[in-house]
Amino acid sequence: MTDLTRLTLAEARDGLKAKKFTSVELTQAHVDAVTRAKQLNCYIVETPEKALDMAKAADARLARGEGGALEGLPLGIKDLYCTDGVQTTAASHILEGFVPRYESTVTSNLWRDGAVMLGKLNLDEFAMGSSNETSYFGPVVSPWRRNGSDAKIVPGGSSGGSSAAVAAHLCLGATATDTGGSIRQPAAFTGTVGIKPTYGRCSRWGIVAFASSLDQAGPITRNVRDCAIMLRSMAGHDLKDTTSVDAPVPDYEKAVGASVKGKVIGIPREYRLDGLSPEIAALWDRGIDWLRAAGAEIRDISLPHTRHALPAYYIVAPAEASSNLARYDGIRYGLRKTGKDIVDLYEKTRAEGFGKEVRRRIMIGTYVLSAGYYDAYYLRAQKIRSLIKRDFDLAYEAGVDAILTPATPSPAFAQGEKGSADPVEMYLNDVFTVTVNMAGLPGLVVPAGLSSDGLPLGLQLIGRPFEEETLFSLGEAIEQAAPKMVLPEPWWD
Amino acid sequence: MSVDLATVRRIAHLARISVSADEAPHLQNELNAILGFVEELSSVNVEGVEPMTSVLPMRMKKRVDEITDGYIQDKVLANAPAREDGFFVVPKVIE
Repeated sequence: MTDLTRLTLAEARDGLKAKKFTSVELTQAHVDAVTRAKQLNCYIVETPEKALDMAKAADARLARGEGGALEGLPLGIKDLYCTDGVQTTAASHILEGFVPRYESTVTSNLWRDGAVMLGKLNLDEFAMGSSNETSYFGPVVSPWRRNGSDAKIVPGGSSGGSSAAVAAHLCLGATATDTGGSIRQPAAFTGTVGIKPTYGRCSRWGIVAFASSLDQAGPITRNVRDCAIMLRSMAGHDLKDTTSVDAPVPDYEKAVGASVKGKVIGIPREYRLDGLSPEIAALWDRGIDWLRAAGAEIRDISLPHTRHALPAYYIVAPAEASSNLARYDGIRYGLRKTGKDIVDLYEKTRAEGFGKEVRRRIMIGTYVLSAGYYDAYYLRAQKIRSLIKRDFDLAYEAGVDAILTPATPSPAFAQGEKGSADPVEMYLNDVFTVTVNMAGLPGLVVPAGLSSDGLPLGLQLIGRPFEEETLFSLGEAIEQAAPKMVLPEPWWD
Repeated sequence: MSVDLATVRRIAHLARISVSADEAPHLQNELNAILGFVEELSSVNVEGVEPMTSVLPMRMKKRVDEITDGYIQDKVLANAPAREDGFFVVPKVIE
């Protein structure tokens, strides 16, 4: 039998339905691959026994001719999703040993549809980071390497465990979350596909909160079809999240392969930043050519408030984080350090429990929300969000169906290369993705080529609210046109 | 706008995070780098602009005001660092 970890999610689904193999065989192959890939540090917790139990139950349902859309398919779960009875840490010391007694809505939806859990995937602490280097459980290593070098390359962040595990075939697909680019940037860095759906498409209930007005769940997979399949199961209305939207979930897979003839693609001039790498500019131009060749109409557009998005994000996100992370007090769950009184207990617990980047963001958030500064910072940033969103609204009203941009300003970098002197250097990774969160729009990243040093590069498609289907159709058109990426030899295996 | 050391200590206390004397100057530099980065926003004209509240115009949902769970004391306390007789245990807070 061929190695079952080489299958796409759709192929594995079809193979199970056709009884070519069982979910137990499929799951065991992935459990073994995970066990051999420890040096990538993708998983914080592995759950092989649970996975095989779930696989047995799935096989029983399949044998009866039953089973949901993801029946018997082994997935990885970002360790930001609370999982009943399985440690959930957000990659933070402050939550080490925390075992939820409830299940997030999105993972409940996956189990409802028959999926199998392989374990909990590493991430930047509380999803704050772009390289997975802020995890308390150590950095994740990308399976990709630069030509002729064995330097450890980052898988992006914050969903770096998800992107690396998918790229290295350590699961068929993974859940991820995106607050400023945390699905799309890691997908771009690892040659995988990731979608941040429209805000409200997936329930946030049971996902450890970072910035509530920006956070959204989504999948990372190895191709566009798999991404569409997973999103359909993850999405849906939830009474437990008032911001989740009560609208039917389309069968996204039907959009994969649909014609893109006549679709109007906006090319925003403001994304052609001063100093944009020629390699990224050339990749973008190739993407434009591919979509034009597929029958789309290309149109230059302007999104004039683009350059304010990243600074405004670095007010909104830390402000909301400082409020959300106030719950980690050492009283109800997680780490507790003793102090001379209750305030001392809080201060010692939080100083030790949170890592450097998280402490920094809580401090910034506390400052911008403090008396006398709220209007000057947070309120102003929320007004700038309206301006950013209005730019997109005007483009869409003028007939644009989707917008094509680069995913990241550079390919992946090596561990320790960025952000050690100035935190802002790391923040610039999100320059092309953060506008999408600020406006609440859907954004899909697809692999589009390799950099001169042999690392993956991605393109981003930004859509109209709740029109993820258009993105899947366009994404597949790029996938078909782009050169096939040869996965690295499994040096970690 | 930039912050001085006293402000760093005040913010740290508001955030309930203890900051050592060694750490404070580093933190001050990093916070000022971030505040410098967001400085440009003060030049954006936001006259008459409403703050963003949602992606599509929609009414905030309200659920029926009824009890949907309860009697899960064990679950609520399961992860507490210290608990006793169905309560969270904390240091003395009232003299």
